[in-house]
Amino acid sequence: MSASFTKSTARNIFYGGSVFFFLLFLGLTLDTTMSLPSHNAKAQSLLTEQAVRGKKIWETRNCGGCHTLLGEGAYFGPELGNVYVRRGPDFIKGWMKAMPTNVPGRRQMPQFHLNDAELDDLVAFLKYSSQINTNNWPPNIQG
Amino acid sequence: MSNASAATLAAEQAGAPAQIKYRSQAVAKPYFIAAIGLFIGQIMFGLIIGLQYVVGDFLFPAINFSTARMVHTNLLIVWLLFGFMGAGYYLIPEEAERELHSPRLAIISFWVFLVAGALTILGYLGLPYNVLAHLTGNDLLPTMGRGYLEQPLITKVGIVLVALSFLYNLSLTLLAGRKTSISIVMMLGLWGLAVFFLFSFINPNNLVLDKYFWWWVVHLWVEGVWELIMGAMLAFVLVKVTGVDREIIEKWLYLIIAMTLITGIVGTGHHYFWIGTPAYWQVWGSIFSALEPVPFFMMTMFAFNMVKRRRREHPNQAATLWALGTGVMSFLGAGVWGFLGTLSVVNYYTHGTQVTASHGHMAFYGAYAMVVLTMISYTMPLLRGREANSPQAQNVEKLAFWIMTLSIVGITLCLTAAGATQVWLQRMSSAPLSFMETQEHIMPLYWARLVCGVSFFSGLMLYVTSFFVTGKRED
Repeated sequence: MSASFTKSTARNIFYGGSVFFFLLFLGLTLDTTMSLPSHNAKAQSLLTEQAVRGKKIWETRNCGGCHTLLGEGAYFGPELGNVYVRRGPDFIKGWMKAMPTNVPGRRQMPQFHLNDAELDDLVAFLKYSSQINTNNWPPNIQG
Repeated sequence: MSNASAATLAAEQAGAPAQIKYRSQAVAKPYFIAAIGLFIGQIMFGLIIGLQYVVGDFLFPAINFSTARMVHTNLLIVWLLFGFMGAGYYLIPEEAERELHSPRLAIISFWVFLVAGALTILGYLGLPYNVLAHLTGNDLLPTMGRGYLEQPLITKVGIVLVALSFLYNLSLTLLAGRKTSISIVMMLGLWGLAVFFLFSFINPNNLVLDKYFWWWVVHLWVEGVWELIMGAMLAFVLVKVTGVDREIIEKWLYLIIAMTLITGIVGTGHHYFWIGTPAYWQVWGSIFSALEPVPFFMMTMFAFNMVKRRRREHPNQAATLWALGTGVMSFLGAGVWGFLGTLSVVNYYTHGTQVTASHGHMAFYGAYAMVVLTMISYTMPLLRGREANSPQAQNVEKLAFWIMTLSIVGITLCLTAAGATQVWLQRMSSAPLSFMETQEHIMPLYWARLVCGVSFFSGLMLYVTSFFVTGKRED
């Protein structure tokens, strides 16, 4: 390293570079948030009050503690971002009511004691999630 | 002096009495002890979920997988935070060349954090999660049920208060004292940690926005400001154990953290490929995140270079080993394994698979667990009144280093193979298997992973015993 590349130079690169790229990131964030409604028009119409209640159920039962949603979460059970398309609303509700399977050695899912309205809310949330424009992810129906 | 006689002298010096420079640095000790205790808890729960992967109904329904996993990940984050706080309380007074502003506040916030953390874990284990949510104000402001941010609202508020008291204490100490690059970078990182944690209170109904800002906590922490904290801690230890001129070490530090933020801020985009955001993120995110290994490569070069150029034979060889190991493992785990899945064309197939988990484990251990253990290795002897532990104790500690580190490599290789199998069978095949069917094919690799996990735990137990090995001292 040449004698002129001092600690001060390095410090300036750090501050200058960080500020520049943070501003760039803010700009991209602004553009992203503004394009969301058109990028996700289909899903947007499905983000009803019912789906919002469903999101709260998803959160308060910690579904993400075992499952992924759009690929994010835990890897104990299947991807649920597209489960509405893979299985349909009736299967989902029936499955939730039938848990746990109690098959010895098989990974177990708890019984969450959701009533019919709550199950419908959750299904509405999963329907909304399945219509988010994920740029064609996942590669196939299995998630 | 020849290398052999210098090393012998160092060995003889190990165990020689020494003092910390400022009495208030002693507040770091309880933080480090709590960190190790919580680390043990983290790994115990790791073993539980590792076993649940292969014996799916183990402990069901008393401790189901999602609960045990939440305990595992939350304990990880909290023990690392205790480690960072201990590191801050130790290094800021020494760098600022004055006593900590308020040792009393540091001890009070220690207990607040520890008790709040313990109650939270008990809440996870003892109550259904939705009941815990209802009891702790989630209906007021819903912040629960998101990965790593599962804590109740009141716990999150508690974290903010503890963080603020920590930042206040250290900032006032620094403001009134000598400002060094190491201390400034440490404080920048710690303030950044606190500021980005505030995004955990933002939970939009729009799932895309929810996920977008969730990453402002997680990515901008571990691939952003935490690297500043790690860099500062590593630089501090290297200044102490190598005796290399501070100007050189601090210049490296600025270059490393410059590359961290230059690559890592826009690199956040590698989490925006498939969550409902515009497709241009596949370009921005791939390019910038592909460069994120650079600062970790620099940290490895930095550590080895400084040790090679050392101007003294420091008796604490264990700490030096941890510092070098941190460089290597963080580069491999965060840098290389991160790179493997970061390009969108690859990530399309690997997103949300065991490939991700293989990266996550080696990255967290290599970067953050190891830098905290480096700091503890360097500071604990001093906090206990000696410059370094006896050669016998250091040998136990070094053996523990190797057992834990090689175990993590084992875990990572098992999960990489598991992920590759999963990607092939479930994502790339023309007749893809379901998730559960695919998991059946991976079972042998999960068993192998569990064996490595048990080995890791044994290394951790050996590590704990190293604190109690006295060994002979030459007076």
